[in-house]
Amino acid sequence: MFYREAGDFKKTYAEDNQTFPLRVDRWAYYLVLVIAFGAVPFFINNWWANAAIIPFLVWAIASLGLNILGGYCGQISLGSGGFMAVGAYSAYKLMTSFPDLNMFIVVLISGAITALVGMLFGLPSLRIKGFYLAVATLAAQFFLVWMFNKFSWFYNNSASGQIHAPTRSVFGYEVTGATATAPAKYLFCLVLVVLFAWIARNLTRGRIGRSWMAIRDMDIAAEIIGVNPLKTKLTAFGVSSFYIGVAGALFFTVYLGDVEVGEAFGIQKSFLLIFMVIIGGLGSILGSFIGAGFLVLMPLLLKYIMAEKLGFPTDIAAHLEFVIIGFLIMLTLVLEPHGIAQLWRVAKQKLRLWPFPH
Amino acid sequence: MSDTVLYGIEAALNGLMTGVMYSLVALGFVLIFKASGVFNYAQGVMALFSALTLVGIQEGQVPFAHLINAIFGTNVQNFGWEVPALLAIILTIGVMILFAWLVERFLLKHLINQEPVILFMATIGLAYFMEGFGDLMWGSDIKTIDMSMPMLGLPEGLPQGGSFMIEDATASWGGDGFYGFFIDRLDITAAIIAIILVITLTVFSQYSKTGRALRAVADDHQAALSVGISLRTIWVIVWSLAGVVALVAGVMWGAKSGVQFSLSLITLKALPVLMLGGFTSIPGAIIGGVIIGVGEKVFEYIVSASWFGDAMGFTMNATENWFAYVLALIFLVFRPQGLFGDKIIERV
Repeated sequence: MFYREAGDFKKTYAEDNQTFPLRVDRWAYYLVLVIAFGAVPFFINNWWANAAIIPFLVWAIASLGLNILGGYCGQISLGSGGFMAVGAYSAYKLMTSFPDLNMFIVVLISGAITALVGMLFGLPSLRIKGFYLAVATLAAQFFLVWMFNKFSWFYNNSASGQIHAPTRSVFGYEVTGATATAPAKYLFCLVLVVLFAWIARNLTRGRIGRSWMAIRDMDIAAEIIGVNPLKTKLTAFGVSSFYIGVAGALFFTVYLGDVEVGEAFGIQKSFLLIFMVIIGGLGSILGSFIGAGFLVLMPLLLKYIMAEKLGFPTDIAAHLEFVIIGFLIMLTLVLEPHGIAQLWRVAKQKLRLWPFPH
Repeated sequence: MSDTVLYGIEAALNGLMTGVMYSLVALGFVLIFKASGVFNYAQGVMALFSALTLVGIQEGQVPFAHLINAIFGTNVQNFGWEVPALLAIILTIGVMILFAWLVERFLLKHLINQEPVILFMATIGLAYFMEGFGDLMWGSDIKTIDMSMPMLGLPEGLPQGGSFMIEDATASWGGDGFYGFFIDRLDITAAIIAIILVITLTVFSQYSKTGRALRAVADDHQAALSVGISLRTIWVIVWSLAGVVALVAGVMWGAKSGVQFSLSLITLKALPVLMLGGFTSIPGAIIGGVIIGVGEKVFEYIVSASWFGDAMGFTMNATENWFAYVLALIFLVFRPQGLFGDKIIERV
């Protein structure tokens, strides 16, 4: 009825190829952007920013990154926590070594360093496939976390072994440290999220993205038609780790502030990230956002219901949270193995016809 | 022999025993992976859950006592009886079979023909679920396992502590500072049990009718279906077997370090073992475990020694966390299917 393409004429190739071909979709997208940039910063308070919105934005970048590797290039990685730690520690070293550096540049360089590390650990993917690769990437997870704990140069010899984000600003507004305001932090993350989502979308539908998907669908066939597996897999690892590194840097500098590497970037984080990608939808940009939102907000909601409303003791609430999250993961996979993004695709198809059956 | 070398050998021997313990967990993985192609991340949690159940049944705990008390304001803790170990083991095996049936009925059945990674994710979901469920059911405090079985000639439970026999026999090998090899008797027991388990499983899969069906399913799902083997029954059997293996691993690890949450983390120890041995080979799981166990203990011994520090200018410690993975990774680059895994043949 309201969601249809009739009357929406495309006159140029550019119009035909745009990300949101339907007018309704386009408007919805612009509306979300306007609200996110124009309205939310005026209403955001510290609680919402720290508990829900900033983690959501940070995890969205990370799951975009993992989706590029897992969803588009078909290489499963369980080492994301380690790569996030690389981003965080690079950011820390840069912030303490060059105090005047703009935070945007800090974050981007951290991403670049992580990309290099990621490509190094991606090298075995040329020989190893499938589960063997997934388990092999765990080497990155354990080795990197151990390394950041072991060598005191990484944490500037601090007594506790933790790293602490000093106050740094972007264009005169503080975005890290204890005194940074919620709107400043939020806008800083939001700009990066929008930028990286835009880049991801355009990468994945261009030559590079198509070569990723060719490798994912059948590597031998892709090789025969001239896709270079070395270049393709390594770019996927590089771009993916870049995203994850940026997310790690933000996670440490903007969101947490203080980080103990084993706790903040342990194996649990790698699993959380892969859940986001799978539940959201492999090979879908929207899915990355849905997955991140789902797994950030749901524990929050559960905690609120169980601790505040029902008054359960905290240990029972924690165990129930495990049970419910595990159950929901299994349920999602049983009902729709291609993630929530697939449900949305099906819903859109139905909407186009609604209220008519054919 | 110099003491340095002797201590090195002691580290290797202890590594050998630890490696066997890793293999116990890896065995369960191999069983399930062979028969259903499911990479079962929940194996470690199954070990935890079965050990929790065993202790819970033995001590007569009321399941979900904590939750019941929180909801109804009651104060139930205990049925007030104690179940002998042997009966408790049988009951626990029953629980694991029930668990296998439930997993097949409510999870695997719906995921037939999905991509392996989806199945893998489902088992991680299952692991989360079981972890919370086990703690809810039996409480999350650290428990000790009491395996005293007078009927089987084990009035004291599983043997624990250093083996004096080995210690006395080897004490004379080294200098004054050397008191003989310290090897935990529990580790020796575990090694013997692991060997028995592997022999039983091999005999079962080679010579029994069900075993042959299992191997048929492992070879080719469709061909097995076409000759009248019920996939779903086989899966229940395989998951039950993995549950029993998990129980053995859970009891052994539980006796070593107490039944607690960290037990589920042994999965992460078993993964490099699998990579090394190959996902589809039962002997591979054992040999991979031994290589990893010996390798990580000896490596840790060398890099944390003072003479290493003198020579290299630095020492390392706590390398056990990653050594197994890095070893497996380097190994896989040269032999992508593991030591004994099926060769991956690709045709276009």
